[in-house]
Amino acid sequence: MTGARDQMLGSIRAALGRGPLDPSAQAACDERLTMHRRNLVPARGRLDMAALVDGFTANAIEQAATVERLAGPEGIPAAVADFLARHNLPAAIRVAPDPALAGVSWSDRPTVTVSQGSARDSDTTGVTAAFAGVAETGTLVLTSGPAQPTTLNFLPENHVVVLWSEQIVGAYEDAWDRLRAHGVAIGTAAAGMPRTVNFITGPSRTGDIEQKIQLGAHGPRRLHILLVESDPDGALG
Amino acid sequence: MQSTANVFPSNARRALADERLQSVLGMVDGFNGKRARAVDRLPEFEMLRDQARDIKNHTLQHLDHYLERFETRVTEAGGQVHWCRTAEEARQAVLGICRAVGATTVTKGKSMVTEEIALNRFLEQNGLVPVETDLGEYIIQLRQEAPSHIIAPAVHLSARDVEQTFRSHHGDLPDDRPLTEARDLVNEARTMLRQRFLEADVGITGANFLIAETGSTVIVTNEGNGDLTQVLPRVHVVVASLEKVVPTLEDATTILRLLARSATGQEFSTYTTFSTGPRRAGDADGPEAFHVVLLDNGRSALLGTELQEVLRCIRCGACMNHCPIYSNLGGHAYGWVYPGPIGAVLTPALLGVAEAHHLPNASTFCGRCESVCPMRIPLPRLMRHFRERAFRERLPPAQARWALRAWAWVTRRPRLYRLATGVAIGALGWLGRRRGRFRRFPMAGGWTAYRDLPAPQGETFMARWHRERGHDRRA
Ligand code: SF4
Repeated sequence: MTGARDQMLGSIRAALGRGPLDPSAQAACDERLTMHRRNLVPARGRLDMAALVDGFTANAIEQAATVERLAGPEGIPAAVADFLARHNLPAAIRVAPDPALAGVSWSDRPTVTVSQGSARDSDTTGVTAAFAGVAETGTLVLTSGPAQPTTLNFLPENHVVVLWSEQIVGAYEDAWDRLRAHGVAIGTAAAGMPRTVNFITGPSRTGDIEQKIQLGAHGPRRLHILLVESDPDGALG
Repeated sequence: MQSTANVFPSNARRALADERLQSVLGMVDGFNGKRARAVDRLPEFEMLRDQARDIKNHTLQHLDHYLERFETRVTEAGGQVHWCRTAEEARQAVLGICRAVGATTVTKGKSMVTEEIALNRFLEQNGLVPVETDLGEYIIQLRQEAPSHIIAPAVHLSARDVEQTFRSHHGDLPDDRPLTEARDLVNEARTMLRQRFLEADVGITGANFLIAETGSTVIVTNEGNGDLTQVLPRVHVVVASLEKVVPTLEDATTILRLLARSATGQEFSTYTTFSTGPRRAGDADGPEAFHVVLLDNGRSALLGTELQEVLRCIRCGACMNHCPIYSNLGGHAYGWVYPGPIGAVLTPALLGVAEAHHLPNASTFCGRCESVCPMRIPLPRLMRHFRERAFRERLPPAQARWALRAWAWVTRRPRLYRLATGVAIGALGWLGRRRGRFRRFPMAGGWTAYRDLPAPQGETFMARWHRERGHDRRA
């Protein structure tokens, strides 16, 4: 399809009344691609850390997520077990094999069956770890990887996400910067972009029938966020 | 999709006479109140609109360059870009990809571009089974209808209508199941589609953005269907028109702040997903192959003209939500894929003014569309552009053209205009003095069929202006 490609580029240039961009214009465009310059970032994303954590929580709740704050990671197994019991869900969870969750001692709650891996059709509750939380709209950022299956974010009806408070940033742009830094650190291609980056704001919903919002259209019906005070020693995981 | 835009007047008459449709349209309270609240809560909204406009203008000015960079990044990430000049080339590209992997079932996320290229019918004709997975799209696929709104495709249907559709198509389910609540309907669709997601060989989505910096494609949804469509099958195909590209993640982010607020009045859509290439070595899941079908279909010819501005559109639907004509007709009357004010510009731009010259007349020029368009597209001005072109190409009936020409002749002569309107207004005021209005009016029967014409009060606006301003000055 080289013919079609050249013709499309050619007709764009012809319509714009020029040939290929001259080198200086090309360089200006490429500079834009590498500088990651921000446009206007709304004030609500530029607050101090305590305000961002509160803002994240309030905004996520407004989008119909539930948020539970935990003093430390020791509380995670009990919080998950309580969540299952509260909603009368099967006592089984499918957990991302994420190093960030490796230190969670699920054996504290032996009644909950724990398995690891990508989601299967039969899984009712998935547990994953977030990459970041964006305060401006209460949005979670989740990334795919060998230990971060994307299917867990969508297939089970219930989604529990573990978010460390230090992962909360103000604006989406802050999350991009963290992702780029992370990409450089682990040496991924494509400017640090994993195959999938999911911005998730509340549980799945639809307004397609008479514009009345119904939760749980195809993705999770419930989104429960465990907001864990950051471990000062970073001992976990 | 086959266009019926050329018979818009009869489409419109039919829509107005359709009681079922009118009762559904009357029920819709719309997204407008929510949009207004969301805009109020973001003080930076107007500045973001300016920046979003500038981002797209810059991109369109350098479109060839950013598309080349986008392709380079997609290729580096292990994907492939298919350049398609026409709808036919795009359909063939998708079919070729499906055939190469021996696909039978193809799931689809909501995509207006695949409606534009009538992909479903083509795939069916070639032995494939395309399954729409967005709830609204699923409903209208069962009913073999076209979407009537670009973000709420089944907005022309009531819950009752959907119930009937599900009862007649989901024959295996018990007849006595409860299905009156929206809740029941959503759950049933969820159950029916679950198996389709799992068995699909290829997943096709559209794209809200293409990102040159990273080679990512972006979809924005609320249901999560688009994500299941692209993460479960072996192959992910993105069909996107070429103006979707933006330079950086930051640029996409800025426009994303406008999209959901303008569309549904949400602060942010539930799922915004950035996909870059196929699954990586060692990845737990994701598609093994990633294709971007990049469609022109007449868009590049709009660059460098007044119509270039329409290529900034992010398909939020705000213009149709706020349009008095759309609110009364629904989307099908417009006769093609894109209804409302954006359709009144995009349809003649892509299909030609001969096919779609009626659509730019479907406007009162109240200007609400332009005032809410997040990308600041001057929709009324572009509609006027097509009205003028239709006039030059002698598309309106001779009588209308003659009347317009006569009107133009008079209005260019201010004294004559003032004299003529003064006499006419005086005469009408006198004729209508008893009732204060006219039930019927010669040559305006269409207008007075639905309302009375108020009788003028015996004086033109200009005359009154002069009189009162003169009075003010004396005071
Ligand atoms: S023209 Fe503007 S308001 Fe209408 S769909 Fe496009 S971006 Fe939205």
